[in-house]
Amino acid sequence: MKYDLVIVGGGPAGLAAAIAAKDNGIDSILIIERDRELGGILNQCIHNGFGLHTFKEELTGPEYASRFIAQVEERGIEYKLNTMVMDISNDKVVTAMNSTDGMFTVEAKAVVLAMGCRERSRGALNIPGYRPAGIFSAGTAQRLVNIEGYMPGRRVVILGSGDIGLIMARRMTLEGAKVLAVAELMPYSGGLKRNIVQCLNDFDIPLYLSHTVVDIQGKERVEGITIAEVGPDRKPIPGTEIHYDCDTLLLSCGLLPENELSKTAGVDLSPITSGPVVNDSLETNIPGVFACGNVLHVHDLVDFVSQEATNAGKNAAKYIKEGEVTSAKQIEILPVDGVRYTVPKYVRPEVMDDTLTVRFRVGQVFKGCAIATYFGDTLISKRKRPVMAPGEMEQVVLKKSQLAEYPDIENITIKIEEA
Amino acid sequence: METRELICIGCPMGCSLKVTLENGQVTEVTGNTCPNGDKYARKECTNPTRIVTSSVRVKGGKINMVSCKTKEDIPKGMIFDICKALENVVVPAPVAIGDVVLANVCDTGVDVVATKNVDVK
Amino acid sequence: MYDVAIVGAGVVGSAIARELSKYKVNACVIERDEDVCNGTSKANSAIVHAGFDATPGTLKAKLNVRGNEMMDQLSKDLDFPFKRNGSLVVCTKDQDPALLDELLEKGKKNGVPNLRILDRDELIQMEPNLADDVVKALFAPTGAIVCPFHLTMAFAENAADNGVEFFLNTEVTDITKSDDHYLIKTDKDTIEAKVVVNAAGVYADKFNNMVSEHKLQIIARRGQYMLLDKSAGNHVSHTIFQLPSKMGKGVLVTPTVHGNLLVGPTAEDVDNKEGINTTAEGLGSLGATSAQSVKNVPLRQVITSFAGLRAHEIGGDFVIGEAEDAEGFFNAAGIESPGLSSAPAIGEMVATQVAEKLGLEKNPSFNGHRKGILNPATLSIEERNELIKKQPAYGNIICRCEMITEGEILDAIHRTLGARSLDAVKRRTRAGMGRCQAGFCSPKTMEILEREVPMSMFDVTKNGKDAKIVFGYNKKI
Repeated sequence: MKYDLVIVGGGPAGLAAAIAAKDNGIDSILIIERDRELGGILNQCIHNGFGLHTFKEELTGPEYASRFIAQVEERGIEYKLNTMVMDISNDKVVTAMNSTDGMFTVEAKAVVLAMGCRERSRGALNIPGYRPAGIFSAGTAQRLVNIEGYMPGRRVVILGSGDIGLIMARRMTLEGAKVLAVAELMPYSGGLKRNIVQCLNDFDIPLYLSHTVVDIQGKERVEGITIAEVGPDRKPIPGTEIHYDCDTLLLSCGLLPENELSKTAGVDLSPITSGPVVNDSLETNIPGVFACGNVLHVHDLVDFVSQEATNAGKNAAKYIKEGEVTSAKQIEILPVDGVRYTVPKYVRPEVMDDTLTVRFRVGQVFKGCAIATYFGDTLISKRKRPVMAPGEMEQVVLKKSQLAEYPDIENITIKIEEA
Repeated sequence: METRELICIGCPMGCSLKVTLENGQVTEVTGNTCPNGDKYARKECTNPTRIVTSSVRVKGGKINMVSCKTKEDIPKGMIFDICKALENVVVPAPVAIGDVVLANVCDTGVDVVATKNVDVK
Repeated sequence: MYDVAIVGAGVVGSAIARELSKYKVNACVIERDEDVCNGTSKANSAIVHAGFDATPGTLKAKLNVRGNEMMDQLSKDLDFPFKRNGSLVVCTKDQDPALLDELLEKGKKNGVPNLRILDRDELIQMEPNLADDVVKALFAPTGAIVCPFHLTMAFAENAADNGVEFFLNTEVTDITKSDDHYLIKTDKDTIEAKVVVNAAGVYADKFNNMVSEHKLQIIARRGQYMLLDKSAGNHVSHTIFQLPSKMGKGVLVTPTVHGNLLVGPTAEDVDNKEGINTTAEGLGSLGATSAQSVKNVPLRQVITSFAGLRAHEIGGDFVIGEAEDAEGFFNAAGIESPGLSSAPAIGEMVATQVAEKLGLEKNPSFNGHRKGILNPATLSIEERNELIKKQPAYGNIICRCEMITEGEILDAIHRTLGARSLDAVKRRTRAGMGRCQAGFCSPKTMEILEREVPMSMFDVTKNGKDAKIVFGYNKKI
């Protein structure tokens, strides 16, 4: 099989990339999706609050997905469901498998990586205690409740105040469970304010910041959870334990981009984001392999995934039509002083679009600070931000015209400064 | 006179709002940094509303559940009543986004509608 | 009336059952849990020791070396993953190298072949990640790694295929002698047998002490481990042991047969024989301890941690054979390390003794071969496509971390002593054993169990009994 463009993953990123590639003149596109339907994890995010930026209205996850699915269908873009990509080679041969076609390979001119992310598991968190039934990642519980219709718990403690954890606190409550507490290791929540108010406060669910789970009891099913306060070193403080009789522990402790395929393909990954290192085209170190969405870096809002993926699709189309850009000078964007990383990491002033949105996250809560951008040593812009938190993405927009005025700079620095 | 404390959800700032009420009427909002905070506080203290999302069983569909939501905001105090009303609702496939799953839920005048398309098995 | 009832379906009970099935015998295995390999056998270092560690002349020494010898052929006959990766006991510059010589001598006495002491230059070629302080090591080329789940299941399935009955979910509550046989009371029926084999792991003392005045005392010695992602699986290629030091017995760092990296165990005596919980202190200690032999162990890539209990009999050696004052009651007790390595030999020894006792004849229809669960990843693309054409389920990936197909899960459910729980599926196929730890595949595996067993979704468990996953339909709990 041969396609101009293979898109690995049919979630919000893959769908938007496919649509953009098609709209930019590529007809031979194949989306490969491992689940039984397109839409990815949005299908289980049945709460509302999606799409305010993209559609100027509040949609639920499945509704947001359906708008993109409809566009894919309208354009006649091909996709395969229930199909697992097993391997991507560094020369863009994609090996995939399903039960009707068996194992097959697709030679692609370009590949868009859009595999999304997974949740950090109990094991990766090193939570001590027994290993009974009743410990779920928040996303697994979300699937069980929202897609399968089964309740995985009656009395629930949640570790981690990421948005999925907060959303599931409300979901479980509305479906008849008692959510006893949400514990968060950090001194701030990783979730949106709105979710804290509407998912916890509305239901009088306490949020314990700077707390973690120190013991899990129960040999068959969870029988109890002990949480304790942690000090500045994030180690539990003896004597601060709170015990809950409960049957369920949900974990919402961060998401990890799923880059196993990228790794075998030879894609360079960032140790900070765990996603590919990309340039202004969202292209990885392998020419013609692009990345977008949560496989690239974990996003806060799906709207930004769609925007990013649209760029990836557009750039993939350009690559297919025009071939590799080989000679352009590449400038590194340096994240310092509170900026953890940037996506993209490299920008090529000669070939970039007129504007480039550089997204990043900060490493701690900043109040009354500003985002400063330097071209070399020259301060180019300083934008005040009353508050910035690690749970929300920030951005800086670079202009091609402005970069053209500084042809000799070696790098761009983005940092957090006093306002 | 009564005072209530709220956290504004308008933006990540999360301003701590202090609302003063007299006979159920908001007389003063403090702690907000922008007009949105004032607006949010007044609504939240006099007529708090929410969209409720849930999922109900599907009969004969490709999947077992269909997600749904109240088409418009409903009074916050009725969230649990609405969930209860959805307890035994089963809709036949096919279901399309926007199809009414339960009309005029709890006499709110608001329909619960499907938020997902489900084809016949 | 059974000729033989074996209490416990761990690796020892299962190995004995399989050896016994070589005879014409009416035998059963009684297991309290819902699956075989659910106690000590499932939570250990997953290694086959070369046999230099045990004191010469002990059962541990003899059976370890014999068990090690038997593994190659067994792994072929019973189709379980086994690899002679070799082991190293490393000595750091602060330790006494004479201890290595002592081990070498012990090993020679025990009959361990090809032991050698290597110096740093040679070692670093073999294992570039050895700690900088490592100066010497004892190299045992016969040291090996094995999948303890598959080893145990292979024994049990082969025993069952050759006529041994398995009573799972059946807990023995009392054993009494009645004339010429034993009454084995369980939480279900009472089972009668001429001979009882006690392979009850940490509870073997309890059962022995019901019938014998030669009391046993088994202490549960907990070992905690961390299992690292396959991306860390090549950090070492041999099993790296430490010399005992004032810091303790040390921990090992080893690849597993499935390509992960395993670090552990701690050693703590615990009062609770169900105490398989990990602790912050225990897990926290593994980093510093492992660093004494292997540098830069990527502990951040941990995917799960677990604890197992070793059945330490205070006498120190395995207790094997007929109890002096309880005719027909055979112990296989105190089977701590090197128990997994010794299991095949223990099976052989106990079965021979029992056969002699009962005057059993050889079973002419014994079939010593068992086919493991097919791993499609070992096939060529053409073979794989042939398979998918015949059985499309082999084209449907359920566990995306380990790339396990529905076909493998169906095999796990429908084979002899088939899987009935998520953990049982996991141990047989590795579905759910990868980096997401069943986050994505558990709802799918539950659906398959529901459909294929068949069973109610509300009866699907993690590992039997009350380990339920879901409690009811939405809004109805």
